[in-house]
Amino acid sequence: MSITRDEVVHLARLSRLALGQEELDHLAPQLDQIISAVARVQEVAAEGIPPTSHALPLTNVFREDEIVPCLAADVVLSEAPAVEQQRFKVPRILAED
Amino acid sequence: MTTAPPLVPYAEALERYEPAIGLETHVELGTVTKLFCGCPAQFGGEPNTHVCPVCLGLPGSLPVPSRAAIEFTIRIGLALNCSIAEWCRFARKNYFYPDMPKDFQISQYDEPLCTDGWLDVMVDEGDAEPQHVRVGIERVHLEEDTGKSMHVGGATGRIHGADYSLVDYNRAGIPLVEIVTKPITTAGAFAPAVARTYVAELREVVRSLGVSDVRMEEGSLRCDVNTSLAPRGSGVLGTRTETKNVNSLRSVERAVRSEIERQAAVLDAGGTVALETRHFHEDTGITTSGRSKEEAEDYRYFPEPDLVPLAPPREWVEQIRRSLPELPSVRRERLQAEWQLSDADMAALRNADAFDLVAGTVAAGASPAGARKWWLGELSRRANETGAELAGLAITPDQVARVAELVSSGALNDQLARQVIDGVLAGEGTPDEVVAARGLAVVSDDSALTAAVDEAITANPDVADKIRSGKVAAAGVLVGAVMKATRGQADAGKVRQLILEKLT
Repeated sequence: MSITRDEVVHLARLSRLALGQEELDHLAPQLDQIISAVARVQEVAAEGIPPTSHALPLTNVFREDEIVPCLAADVVLSEAPAVEQQRFKVPRILAED
Repeated sequence: MTTAPPLVPYAEALERYEPAIGLETHVELGTVTKLFCGCPAQFGGEPNTHVCPVCLGLPGSLPVPSRAAIEFTIRIGLALNCSIAEWCRFARKNYFYPDMPKDFQISQYDEPLCTDGWLDVMVDEGDAEPQHVRVGIERVHLEEDTGKSMHVGGATGRIHGADYSLVDYNRAGIPLVEIVTKPITTAGAFAPAVARTYVAELREVVRSLGVSDVRMEEGSLRCDVNTSLAPRGSGVLGTRTETKNVNSLRSVERAVRSEIERQAAVLDAGGTVALETRHFHEDTGITTSGRSKEEAEDYRYFPEPDLVPLAPPREWVEQIRRSLPELPSVRRERLQAEWQLSDADMAALRNADAFDLVAGTVAAGASPAGARKWWLGELSRRANETGAELAGLAITPDQVARVAELVSSGALNDQLARQVIDGVLAGEGTPDEVVAARGLAVVSDDSALTAAVDEAITANPDVADKIRSGKVAAAGVLVGAVMKATRGQADAGKVRQLILEKLT
């Protein structure tokens, strides 16, 4: 498992991160090392051990369709960096292109 | 401002290219609560008042799916002849738009709840014979809806060119079912009509299941339309575009048509169609380029670690299957047979959006012929005059049934019935109230009629002579005079009979 510099450029674009050439030179090998370290888990995966996405062997945990009180709008917005018209104010989403 | 792209006339585009279409339809489920939390799922509300730590993605909160949302999705899957997965999982779709406060959306990816079904539609377009088309259903899956963004600044209120955006998370987390068709490759010139008819039929099916109010104008049914072109006879699929923002049946049809015309121009010029999202503009009927489509792997889907797998027990699935209502196509066929209508009669009813109204009127006791006569005749005319939709007229199927009953019992004739309809539409009350208030009733009292007939004969001696000499057709003049004198309240057949008895 390895990650190329091009892939890091692509991920940075998706993440809306403006990485300079120096940062890419620095980060790409680091990310590669991290991914390789995590990939060692695959060495443990063996026949007879099914992949899982959850720690507990449960299925069909449901909730009934009943309303639970919501938060008040002032509480909801209390930690927002910016608020306008009772909505979260966020920076421009797409760059002009 | 966007400039209109070059287009190739539709018929010409079809001479050289074969269109393929696919539809992704999103339906907001009508559950009481959101998919993973107990916030109300209803439309609207003051901004950011239907939210809680779960749908805001606050640290430490955990989602739990609503049983009702899973059941509604299975209902849709079964109605579309799908297989229901014995085991499947939700997936986390990662992205960086602020419309989900978690920075990801819980959706389904490679393990949808329902797969591989179909929906039959009847495409009735122009002068061509109605044709039956089976639209393959690739998958039906469940996900959470996103928040609503308002884009501020810029000229158009669109995301492009905006200075900043304002986000309301009331909608974030409302259960959303996505229904994806297989590519429809054989529709040819009918591709736009097939797209429209499919969405219309799907809407009726979902409405009949009682799982959504499927209102396109409120966004509880939203449609993305994929279109591609390939050179005729090449047997390949071209590169598709995905047109978003298609919010009415008519727009679905226009969007496909417009993309066919645009892509043909691109291909004619030796260019390649870009894999991209396009926006449909209601005003001009054209599409313009949006963001280039991210590849699926860009979303870094992985099994949602906060949720356990779904494994709907087979008994549950069968129980849901048994509880399905009669589906619209089956109901239409049954009623068409019961009402003894030809395919053309049926098409006329549906094109006038009168089918459900007539069905309601028949259910309220009217004869099928009577119900059709009033809805397709007098009431369609009124709707056309005022530019209203037939279903929007201020008269109910029950009231139309009552009018029809008053006519068939002889209490009213057609002319008086029209006056009753006038009254009901004008808000004067129920048909019976209008009859009472306006004093409308057929005069069948012989002595009153006889007096009116005598008066008409005295007033029109030459006409009377004609009838005496055998010109029976002239009786119409006298009938008209009597009807006028009785303000339309006489039974015309009876008047005619009385006149002929006196003069022949």
